[in-house]
Amino acid sequence: MAHHGEVVAKTATEFKYAREQRAAGMRMQVVTFALMIFLTLIAFLAVGAGFSFYFVAPVILLLAGVQVVLQLYYFMHMNEREMGLISFFMWSGILVAFITILCFVTIIWWHNAW
Amino acid sequence: MDFNTKFTPQTWPDHPEQATLEGKNKFVGFWLFLACEIVLFASLFATYLALKNKGPNGMGAEFTTQALFELPLVFVMTMVLLTSSLTSVYAMYHMKNHNFKGTQTWMGITVLLGAVFLGLEIYEFNHYVHLGFNYTHSAFSSAFYTLVGTHGAHVLLGLCWITALIIRNSKRGLNLYNAPKYYVAALYWHFIDVVWVFIFTVVYLMGAM
Amino acid sequence: MSSIAKKKGFGATVWDYMTTVDHKKIAVMYLVAGTLFFVLGGIEALLMRIQLVQPNNDFVSAGFFNQLMTMHGTTMIFLAAMPLLFAFMNAVVPLQIGARDVAFPFLNSLGFWLFFFGGVFLNLSWFLGGAPDAGWTSYASLSLYSEGHGIDFYVLGLQVSGAGTLISGINFLVTIINMRAPGMTYMRMPLFTWTTFVASALILFAFPPLTIGLALMLFDRMFGANFFDHTMGGNTIIWEHLFWIFGHPEVYILVLPAFGLFSEIFATFSRKRLFGYSSMVFATILIGFLGFMVWAHHMFTVGLGATANAIFAVATMLIAVPTGMKVFNWLLTMWGGSIKVTVPMLYALGFIPSFVAGGVTGVMQAAAPLDYQLHDSYFIVAHFHYVIVGGIVLALFGSAHYYWPLMFNQMLSEKLGKITFWLFFIGFHCTFFVQHFLGLMGMPRRVATYLDNQGWDTFNLISTVGAFLMAIGVLTLVINVIITAVKNEKVGRDPWGDGRTLEWAIPQPVPFYNFRQTPLVRGLDTYWIEKQEGNTEGMTYAEPLGDIHMPNNSIIPFVMSVGLFIASFGALYNMDADKGWSIYLLIGGLLITFISMFVRSAKDDHGYHLHVEDIIAEEERLYGKKGGHE
Repeated sequence: MAHHGEVVAKTATEFKYAREQRAAGMRMQVVTFALMIFLTLIAFLAVGAGFSFYFVAPVILLLAGVQVVLQLYYFMHMNEREMGLISFFMWSGILVAFITILCFVTIIWWHNAW
Repeated sequence: MDFNTKFTPQTWPDHPEQATLEGKNKFVGFWLFLACEIVLFASLFATYLALKNKGPNGMGAEFTTQALFELPLVFVMTMVLLTSSLTSVYAMYHMKNHNFKGTQTWMGITVLLGAVFLGLEIYEFNHYVHLGFNYTHSAFSSAFYTLVGTHGAHVLLGLCWITALIIRNSKRGLNLYNAPKYYVAALYWHFIDVVWVFIFTVVYLMGAM
Repeated sequence: MSSIAKKKGFGATVWDYMTTVDHKKIAVMYLVAGTLFFVLGGIEALLMRIQLVQPNNDFVSAGFFNQLMTMHGTTMIFLAAMPLLFAFMNAVVPLQIGARDVAFPFLNSLGFWLFFFGGVFLNLSWFLGGAPDAGWTSYASLSLYSEGHGIDFYVLGLQVSGAGTLISGINFLVTIINMRAPGMTYMRMPLFTWTTFVASALILFAFPPLTIGLALMLFDRMFGANFFDHTMGGNTIIWEHLFWIFGHPEVYILVLPAFGLFSEIFATFSRKRLFGYSSMVFATILIGFLGFMVWAHHMFTVGLGATANAIFAVATMLIAVPTGMKVFNWLLTMWGGSIKVTVPMLYALGFIPSFVAGGVTGVMQAAAPLDYQLHDSYFIVAHFHYVIVGGIVLALFGSAHYYWPLMFNQMLSEKLGKITFWLFFIGFHCTFFVQHFLGLMGMPRRVATYLDNQGWDTFNLISTVGAFLMAIGVLTLVINVIITAVKNEKVGRDPWGDGRTLEWAIPQPVPFYNFRQTPLVRGLDTYWIEKQEGNTEGMTYAEPLGDIHMPNNSIIPFVMSVGLFIASFGALYNMDADKGWSIYLLIGGLLITFISMFVRSAKDDHGYHLHVEDIIAEEERLYGKKGGHE
């Protein structure tokens, strides 16, 4: 269980580069955050504007979906390499979640049965 | 390089949370736990959607989603929680830079924002209960409080967890033993935000229409 | 600090097991506890069969019969079959993939103790006012109105033991993802490891709906919530969906590892590489996926509508395809092999016709219109016992014989084993084959008695006789175990002589660190490859002999589980108006758990290093000077 690598000090250039990369990454995160705030605003405004339910509901659900993907792939770094298996499990969970919810909004109540 | 190694920013690995096998295990295990939580919350969402606005015959229209929910409060709560998600990103940014003070500070801010969110939620629940919309009022009330309350319980647990982390590590500084602990706590906090995105959309926004 | 064991007293041994994080010892604990619950569930079954031996019998009351029936199902699924499978997973999987322990040894121990205390809690209901009596599915429309605390025992007991199962599931997933030895690619993993992997993934996604279902039921009973109460706008069908979204994958959680165990046995005793390895892997994953798409076939008669029934019927029939692939692969593994009919192989041979029979009746029920006829009849009882006993229990018994030398360095008697097999196998078919006909004749399941002159009497008598044959079979197995333990003949490495996978390459007894050096895996059936090349060492190493990092033992998992055990009593009695003290029990129990969690979190637990000289000393102690490898 003890196969840890050696302690390696970065050279000054490597260190500077890594810091800059991380700073750039952080700027990207702030942009993501701004985008999420923006999407939230649109969702609340769309509801406040009083359009038809059948127009607004799909739109805000889509916005929620986009926002969650932003959280997962940027804030939680699911976009990085070596996250393949984890993505597989997360999307499997989302699939099971989707089927469950689909079932509960369609066939739970007898009079809804097609 | 192991748990006892003292690091400088120059020697700190790029992925400190996964630099040891234990860290890597914790990382993968926690992601799997989150995949499991997706299904857990889906079951609650499904139940809520099935029981939305359902009550005993003649319940009257005073407690439907339209009559009950107040979007301005929900908007403030959403902003607070979204911001706390960003602050935990800042904490992880500093963690990767081996800046212990930055990590602690931003984690602390995250806790504060989480506490504000939780306070607002308690205020909201208290308000509803005073209107007469309590847990046993109807199937709808049970489902609403259970879904949103489970999310609130997750927030509470997250607050206790991160606070405990901040305290336990205050004397220790960053090392490869506690870096994964910070990292998975931040993941957990993001996940709480993910769930809230669906709560404010599905419960509050779609309910208010 | 470790299990470098001197001669230990009884107390020290008990303490060692209470604190152990060694997957091999946890496997033994799962085996013992699972067997205990298996015997309990078996006794419950026997009492039911005695009651049903003749019409109008009054051996037990109808109420008690309901409790027996509920506890038989619940115990056998949650407290016997799953833990016994976990026993083999713990004993075998880390060795098969070349790991020194599981990914989370601490959580492994926690998972066991949660399961154990949940099971004990559930069974204490017998002595504390009556066991749950609404069937193992505990449909809300029935269970909400069940008097006494039986249902509360069911809900809380399953909640605690379910948490343990979930923890174990995540643990095995991470172990298999992260801890494989160099060269052990996914497509070189033995099939038992693969099926453990997929079953654990199913646990990951199937247990949350159960957790939520149980929580909703608890809230309905404890706090007056209205999830399932239609007079308050609730909907009793929600429970049924949540239960079966869990319940159907649960069947695959049980049967996939059983498939894996049989795949190992078939390959070993046909002395041939498993036929169609990659299609086996593919079929396993496909069954896992389809397992989540079919739950509503348990609910055809609820009235979901024709469209929903049609979709779920087709999805259900689809599952027969990958399962059929597996059956053909096993047959073709034997084809042309040099078959040795040992006891494990006997179980495997008995498994194929039995399980196929259970599968075929399953496809029959997948046709929704026919299911309206078969629903709630003894035909269903016959079907799922053919799947569960014919599939899983045969796998458990077969693997008990197969892996006994790996776990205990002793060989169970082959002669007695064959007697066990035939008694159990004949008894099993005797019990359940006739139940198909009982069902077709219209005998409903879950009835405490029946009237005479319906043509059911003879078949019920045969069924009861069969149940006793099975019981005698189990007794001979127990006798076999006792005799073997008393004889205590050590058998050493690879006692079957035909071991193919890594677990058989390790010298016996297996040292607590499993591998002195991490092995290098050079293909599927890695030990077989080494044997073919004349490598008496049994494995090629990926690293020189060096220090080994091991986890520390801990009592905290035990204490945490005790805390939840106490808290469950508090929650249960809190529902009675006259038991004000129960709230202290609830809070006290939760405090114990949370304080243990905090202690665990606050302390740095780095484990310890086993140095080269410790390893050499331990090997000399275990194997003498010459070392364990031949």
